Amino acid sequence: MDKDPYNIVVTGVGGQGNVLASLLLGAMLVEQGYKVTIGETYGASQRGGSVMSHLRVSRSRQYGPLIPPGLADLVIALEPSEAARVLAQFGNPNAVSVVNTRPVHPVDVISGELPYPAMNDLLDAVESLSARVYLVQATEKALELGNPILANVILIGAVAGAGLLPITAEDLDKAVTQYMSADKVELNRKAFILGMEMTGPVPLQ
Amino acid sequence: MPVIGIDAPGKEVLLMGNEAIARGALEAGLSVAAAYPGNPSSEIIGSLAEVAAQMGIYVEWSINEKVALEVAAAAATSGLNAIVAMKQNGLNVASDFLLNLNMTGIRGGLVLVVCDDPSGISSTNEEDSRIYAKLADLPLMEPATFHEAKDMVRHAFELSRKIGNVCLVRSVTRISHARGNVVLGPLHKEKPVPYFDTSRPLSALPAAVTHPVAHERLRQAQEDFEDSPFNKYRGPNSPELLIITCGAGWLFANEAVEILGLEARIGLLKIGTTWPLPERLILSHLGSASKVLFLEEVDPVLENNVKSLYADHNLDLPRIDFLGKKSGTVPDQGELSPGLVLSILSGLTGAVAPGVAPKYQATAEEVLNNFCPARSLAFCPGCPHRASYWAIKTALALDGRDGVLFGDIGCYGLGFMPTGFSQAKTLHAMGSGIGMASGFGILNRLGATQPALTVCGDSTFYHAAIPALINALHHKANCLMIVLDNSATAMTGFQPHPGSAADAMGSPAPVIDIEQVCSGLGAEPVVLDPFQVQETVTTVYDLLQRDGTNILILRQPCALVRAKKGARRYKVTVDPAKCMGEDCGCNRLCTRVFRCPGLNWDRDLKKTNIDEAICAGCGVCADICPAHAIVKGND
Repeated sequence: MDKDPYNIVVTGVGGQGNVLASLLLGAMLVEQGYKVTIGETYGASQRGGSVMSHLRVSRSRQYGPLIPPGLADLVIALEPSEAARVLAQFGNPNAVSVVNTRPVHPVDVISGELPYPAMNDLLDAVESLSARVYLVQATEKALELGNPILANVILIGAVAGAGLLPITAEDLDKAVTQYMSADKVELNRKAFILGMEMTGPVPLQ
Repeated sequence: MPVIGIDAPGKEVLLMGNEAIARGALEAGLSVAAAYPGNPSSEIIGSLAEVAAQMGIYVEWSINEKVALEVAAAAATSGLNAIVAMKQNGLNVASDFLLNLNMTGIRGGLVLVVCDDPSGISSTNEEDSRIYAKLADLPLMEPATFHEAKDMVRHAFELSRKIGNVCLVRSVTRISHARGNVVLGPLHKEKPVPYFDTSRPLSALPAAVTHPVAHERLRQAQEDFEDSPFNKYRGPNSPELLIITCGAGWLFANEAVEILGLEARIGLLKIGTTWPLPERLILSHLGSASKVLFLEEVDPVLENNVKSLYADHNLDLPRIDFLGKKSGTVPDQGELSPGLVLSILSGLTGAVAPGVAPKYQATAEEVLNNFCPARSLAFCPGCPHRASYWAIKTALALDGRDGVLFGDIGCYGLGFMPTGFSQAKTLHAMGSGIGMASGFGILNRLGATQPALTVCGDSTFYHAAIPALINALHHKANCLMIVLDNSATAMTGFQPHPGSAADAMGSPAPVIDIEQVCSGLGAEPVVLDPFQVQETVTTVYDLLQRDGTNILILRQPCALVRAKKGARRYKVTVDPAKCMGEDCGCNRLCTRVFRCPGLNWDRDLKKTNIDEAICAGCGVCADICPAHAIVKGND
């Protein structure tokens, strides 16, 4: 991270594990001595709505829980149209995006009142608002692991694989142990490493 | 060990604002905690419940906020430290008791934390609860950071013990539901033995005597606040503009001043102790600027109180231009945000924030318009409420008398939106659905012809529905109460309630059975599984034809709870040969009307399919598909 504060948005749809992903990321960074602030979306808006967590990472001080418009450095999206939504509000030409390619159709799309954009055009749109985009088939991989919810940790692994944040599988183990429970370590580590492999070199075991 | 219970003074950890509040109580020497869940306050008591055994404290989810405050007050009047937490709506419920407790005072320490929800992110209103501090003559503090939330609660306990009265701490969503670094202090482990001194009874009567005592206690709090470390000033001695702010506003203002490079021109006065005002401190700053801007959420509470203070001292102070909600400089509703504060300060000073290039901005707008389909709120895939509302909708259509469904608060409050087929027609407070149905149910005596019905969740039933149900039964109101029993306080995070077999701390607890409560009141409740769609429709229809107050309990666990337990009921698939899509006479009942997120409408093939990453396997869509194209198989 060459910027201070370094601003991260984790976005997706209610129920995709957005809050947990941001908690794990934040915990790993606090352990490394950073001041981290996370602003989260909870409650009613989690029922099928767009959700996002703002992470502000600084060496020097505690920042506010919301990122000012146009100042996101990294967008981690569990859903592709949510990546576009966040970039349009908080993006800038230097923003980097890590995007799960599996769509979650809004009820208004299911009902036929709204179209969901064509995937190629949507990903072009995400690209047009980012300096770099990593596309990750996180949900497909998570289904192979037996639970679609693991897409969130796969994406965190992808962030690590791409070298965007200084986090390792060991850091994840620690965070999972502290904020979840020890029996969750194994599966989450597997998901993290799968994600790493999708964007970067395989880590030394 | 959950993070809030770690015994490691000096260690820096990541805590949610609500967890920091809970930690502050533990550091102050907490004995008792009580609450009814309500976002954004729920994790305060939830996180204390997780460490109750280790810390030797008692924690409960009370049936409503008034009872929670009464439970905490019993502890505090017996010399202990007790915390009670609620959301803004909850303070309304607790207010009847609070506005008497303030008159008697307490003997231990009692901190009432109320978490407001500016913009109503997870609430039906965005009321500013700070008004209650003034109304009840109680001191009020507002934390601006996570670490401060912890320290402030610890201090609130000290102050509460010192003045012998309740202290209020007001948090907001962006503090309560945000996380940040908190440096842990030492845990206070000794717990006093509770003892109620019966030689000194506590009564609000006579009010003419207790009211002045309450005022005297408030004056003591004001002295404490005059040189409180929770109030800070940053900026030049004579700023061109003085910002007075509190809570999350301080973080936004700080950053905006920095981004705009206004450090030499603007003064920032952060008030952590917002009632009673630290008058000497504020007066010393009011004299230094001719323009004052207030940044606070939601109502102009600080603004009005400072203006009132100014009026008392106007002869000694210069002319001041007050800017805030009254002047229209700051919106008088909604939450503050960095973008909003930046634009307000830009407008007032002419300083311009460095922004993205116009070309990027234009692309961003185009993307927002074309690639970001709106996401309406919806019941989760497999939610039993969707099935319940489907049955209600069908039965009301069969009945044909334009029945009125009085709604209530919970996940099923979404029933007034398309996800509940727009069936609910009112939405107000906890338990007000059955109260209004009781009222409408007697109107046939005055000529009304529409049947009345209401929905009520299991947690809401205990919270506020029972007195209204008794009212309906006693007055023979013609109404149908449908209890949507999903065995969870789902909207706020699955806290146990009196229908659960365990309490907040995980100890076994007797179940107060909704069915038996209803039977005990002389009603004969019918119990059904809403996933039995046809039977539910027929039963709702039949009950609507009956006179008197009838009760139907639709029981099926919350889909999120079922998902945590693993196995899906069915593996649901669509037989493409049978799905006739738009040519089916059903007019796409499954996707256009039923709208479960687990279904997908394939625009190219013009057929429905199932999204296996989302489908919860309830199988209700299979039951409503007239072509039998949706198939329930074994998972």
